[in-house]
Amino acid sequence: MPETVLLEKTNCYHCGDDCLTPSYVIEEKHFCCHGCKSIYEILSRNQLCNYYNYNDHPGATRARTDKRFDYLSNPEIISELIDYTDAKVTTVTFYIPYIHCSSCLWLLEQLNRINPAIHYCRVDFLKKQLNIRFDHQQLNLQGLVELLFDIGYEPVISLQDVIRKQNSVKKDNLVQKIAVAGFCFGNVMLLSFPEYFGLSAFEQTFQHFFGWLNVLFGIPVVFYSGWGYFVSAWQNLRNKVLNIDFPLALGIAVLFLRTVAEVYSHAGAGFADTLCGLVFFLLIGKFVQQKTYHHISFERDYRSFFPVAVQVVKEGVEIPIPLSQLQVGHRMVIRNSEIIPADAILLKGEALVDFSFVTGESVPVYKTLGEIVYAGGRQTGQAIELEVLKPVSQSYLTQLWNNEAFTRKQDNRMRTFNERVSKYFTVVLLIIAFGAFFLWAGSDIHRALAAFTAVLIVACPCALALSTPFTMSAALSVFDRNLFYLKNAAVVEQLARIDTIVMDKTGTLTLADNKQVEVAGDLSDQQKQLIYSACINSNHPLSRMICHFLGNIYRLPTSEYQEIGGKGIIAVVNGQYLRIGSGDLVLGEYYEKSKKTKVHLAINGSYAGYFAFDQQYREGMHQIPKMSGKYEMFLLSGDQDHDQHDLMRFFKSRGQMHFEQSPQQKLDFIQALQLQEKKVMMMGDGLNDAGALKQSDLGIAVTDSVNNFTPGSDAILDGKSFYKLPQFLHFAKDAVTIIHISFLISLTYNIIGLSYAVTGKLSPLIAAILMPVSTATIISFTSLATHFAAKKRRLV
Amino acid sequence: MSIIYFLIGCSVIMALLFLFAFFWAQRSGQNDDLFTPSMRILLEDDHIPDPVADAAIKSLAEEKIQKAANK
Repeated sequence: MPETVLLEKTNCYHCGDDCLTPSYVIEEKHFCCHGCKSIYEILSRNQLCNYYNYNDHPGATRARTDKRFDYLSNPEIISELIDYTDAKVTTVTFYIPYIHCSSCLWLLEQLNRINPAIHYCRVDFLKKQLNIRFDHQQLNLQGLVELLFDIGYEPVISLQDVIRKQNSVKKDNLVQKIAVAGFCFGNVMLLSFPEYFGLSAFEQTFQHFFGWLNVLFGIPVVFYSGWGYFVSAWQNLRNKVLNIDFPLALGIAVLFLRTVAEVYSHAGAGFADTLCGLVFFLLIGKFVQQKTYHHISFERDYRSFFPVAVQVVKEGVEIPIPLSQLQVGHRMVIRNSEIIPADAILLKGEALVDFSFVTGESVPVYKTLGEIVYAGGRQTGQAIELEVLKPVSQSYLTQLWNNEAFTRKQDNRMRTFNERVSKYFTVVLLIIAFGAFFLWAGSDIHRALAAFTAVLIVACPCALALSTPFTMSAALSVFDRNLFYLKNAAVVEQLARIDTIVMDKTGTLTLADNKQVEVAGDLSDQQKQLIYSACINSNHPLSRMICHFLGNIYRLPTSEYQEIGGKGIIAVVNGQYLRIGSGDLVLGEYYEKSKKTKVHLAINGSYAGYFAFDQQYREGMHQIPKMSGKYEMFLLSGDQDHDQHDLMRFFKSRGQMHFEQSPQQKLDFIQALQLQEKKVMMMGDGLNDAGALKQSDLGIAVTDSVNNFTPGSDAILDGKSFYKLPQFLHFAKDAVTIIHISFLISLTYNIIGLSYAVTGKLSPLIAAILMPVSTATIISFTSLATHFAAKKRRLV
Repeated sequence: MSIIYFLIGCSVIMALLFLFAFFWAQRSGQNDDLFTPSMRILLEDDHIPDPVADAAIKSLAEEKIQKAANK
C-alpha cells in the first residue's frame, strides 16, 4: 500500500470548486484560485459579504485574471454600446449570462457601494440584463466593465446585440388591445343580459339605450382591437392568398354592421356581445402563441461570436480598433483564448489554434510562420501576431453568410395546417353564405340578408383560429420544460413533418472537449518522457492528446523522426528506438477486437502497452439506430474520419457518413436532399453548421449551455436532453394530431350553428352561447390533450 | 327606474378609470419585468451607516427644533 496523505476536501468559498492548493485562505475561508480570493477581498472591503449569505458559493470561478477591455475607451465602440448619454450621465444595458441566483441580484444592485459614480442599477433576472446609469465624468465605460469583471460578472459584449434588438421589436400593443376588448366584452355582456331575460313593454326605452351603448362599446373593439385582422386580410387578398384572417375579418365586419342595423331599426338587440367576445378570445389566442425566451437568441451569426475590437500594431504601438475598421495589411495581436477575426498570415509566435467552432475538428492545430490562419479559430497559448489578408466579412468562414440561404425570406418553408385548411374553409363558407342568400332572395329579401349575415357570423372560425395557438403554446411549454427551446409555435408543426435528420459530429454527437485517455501497462516516468518527446513533434490529434495527457514534461532531444501517415511515428529519442501508433506498425500482424481507438507503444522493440481513447458521446446515441427506421439519418462532419469505425455502431452504412465537409459543402448537402423532396432537419452546434442550419427545413442548435454562443437556428436543444429527441419528434406529431381533432370539433360547432343560420332565424342568444362554448371546449380540449400526450411520451 | 341611466353611467366611468389605470401601468413599464421583483422582495435592506446622509438628517432635525423653540 502506498502511503497516502489524507487531504480534507475543501470547496472554494466563492465558487464552490474543489480547492487544489491550500494557499488561498483568508479569514479561515478557502479559495480555489487567486481570482476568487480577490473577488472576496473586494466584496469584504465594501461590506458586501451578505452576497455569501443568500446562497452557498454563488460566484463564478475566476481562473482568468487578465483584463482586456482597452477597446472600451474607443469612442466609436462606446457609442455603439450605450443606450443614452448626456452631459452628465450615461445609461447602458449589459447582458450578463452568469446572473443566476438571488445573490447575483443583490450584489449587482449594490454597485454604488463599490463605486459611488454609479447612480442606479437594476437587474432583469429573466433577460439576464443589468441596466446601469452612471456619471461618466467620474467613471468611464471601461472602468465600469472592469468593475463588473472584478466582482465576477463579466458582461458579454458583442457586435451584434441581438438580445437588445429582439426585445425592442415587439411593440404591437397586443396587451392593450386585449385590455380594451376585455373591458368592452364585460360591459356589453352586462348590458345584453336584460334583453335575454326579456324586457316588459314599459322597459322598451332601456332596450334602445342598451343597444346604442353596445354599439358604442363595439366601436373600439372593431377599430382598435380587431383592426389588425382587417389589415392582414386585406394584405393577404392583395397577394391572392386566402388565409384564416379573411373569414375572421368578414365575421367581425358583419357582426358589427348587423348590430348597428338592428339597433338603428329597432329590429333586435344585435350581436355586440358575440362580437366583443370573438375579438377578445382571438387576441388571447394570439397572446399565448407569442412565447418569448428573453435570454435566448435564435438569430445569432458570426458577429456575436467575434470580438468587438482587435489589438492592432501601428508604428510599434498596440491600439484597439473596432472590427469594422480592420483592413487588409493590418498587423493584429491575438492573445491566449482570443478569436482570430479575419483570415491572416502568421508573422510571429507559436500558433496553436482551436478551430472546433469552425471546422468541427476538436483538437487544436499547429500553424507555422507564414501559414494562412482562417478566421474563427481561437488561439491557445502565447500571443501571436498576424497580418490581415481579407476583411472580416470576406473571410473563408464569414463569406458563408453571403450565401442566398441567409438573404432570402423564410416564407417558403412548410405551410402550417391552419394555412392549408383555411383556404378551403373560406371558399366553402362563402358558397354556403351566398347559397342561403339566393335561397331566400326570391321570396323574402330581408330573410335572405338575415340568413347571409347569420352564416358569416356563426361560421366565423374562432375555434379554428384558436386551436393551433393553444395547442402550440401548451406544446412549447412542454418542450421548454425539457430544455428544448423552439423559436416559435410553427416549429412544432415543422418538427412533425420531418423525414430526414442530418447531424453534425463534434459538439453535437460528441462532447467537444472530453476525450478520455486511458493507459494500459505500467509506464515509468522515464518512458513517459520518451513518449512525450516523440509525440510533441507530431500534429496528429492523437499525438496532441497524448502530450496533453502526459502533461508538461521536459522534452528530450530527438535524433531521428518519421511520421507514417495513418500509421504512427517511428523515432529515436535519447538513443532509444520508439514505435508509436497502430497495431500494424507496432506489433506487425494485429487484429483489433475492441472498438476503441488505440495507440500502441513499443520501446526498443519490446511492447510497452497502449493508450486507449474513448470518444465521449452524448447520452442517447443508442436512440439513433432506433430512429433510422422512421427517418433517414445522415452524419456530416467537418472532422477527419478517425471515428468512422466507431460510429458504425450508430449509423448503419458508410454512405450515411460524410467527413471533411466544409461549411459550404454542408449547406449544399442539405440543399441536395431538399431537391429530392425531403424534409430535412439539421442538428449542429458550431459556426460551420450555420449555413446548413439555415438551409434546412428545421435547424436545431445543440449546446451545453443555452447562454453560450449558438448559431442562428429554429430551435435550441440543451445537450442534456439530446436523448429525448425521439420523444420530441413523437410528441410534435401528437400535437399536430390534436390540432386536427380540435379542427373537427370546431367544425361540428359550425355545422350546428349553420343549421340555425341558413334558415335566417339565428337569435343573438344562440350566437352568444355558441361562440364562448365552442371556444371553451377547444381551449380545454387542446390543453388537456397536450398534457396527456406529453405524459404518454414521458415528457412531463 | 331612470336611476338606471345614472348608475350605468357611473359603472362605465369606474370601469374606464380602471382601464386607464392599466394603460398607465403598461406604458410606464410596470409589467415589463414580472419576475425580478418577486426575488428582490426576499432580500434584506441592511442599513449601512452613511455619514453624509446621517449628518444631513441630524442638522435638519436640529433646525426644526430651533424653529420650534424660536416660535
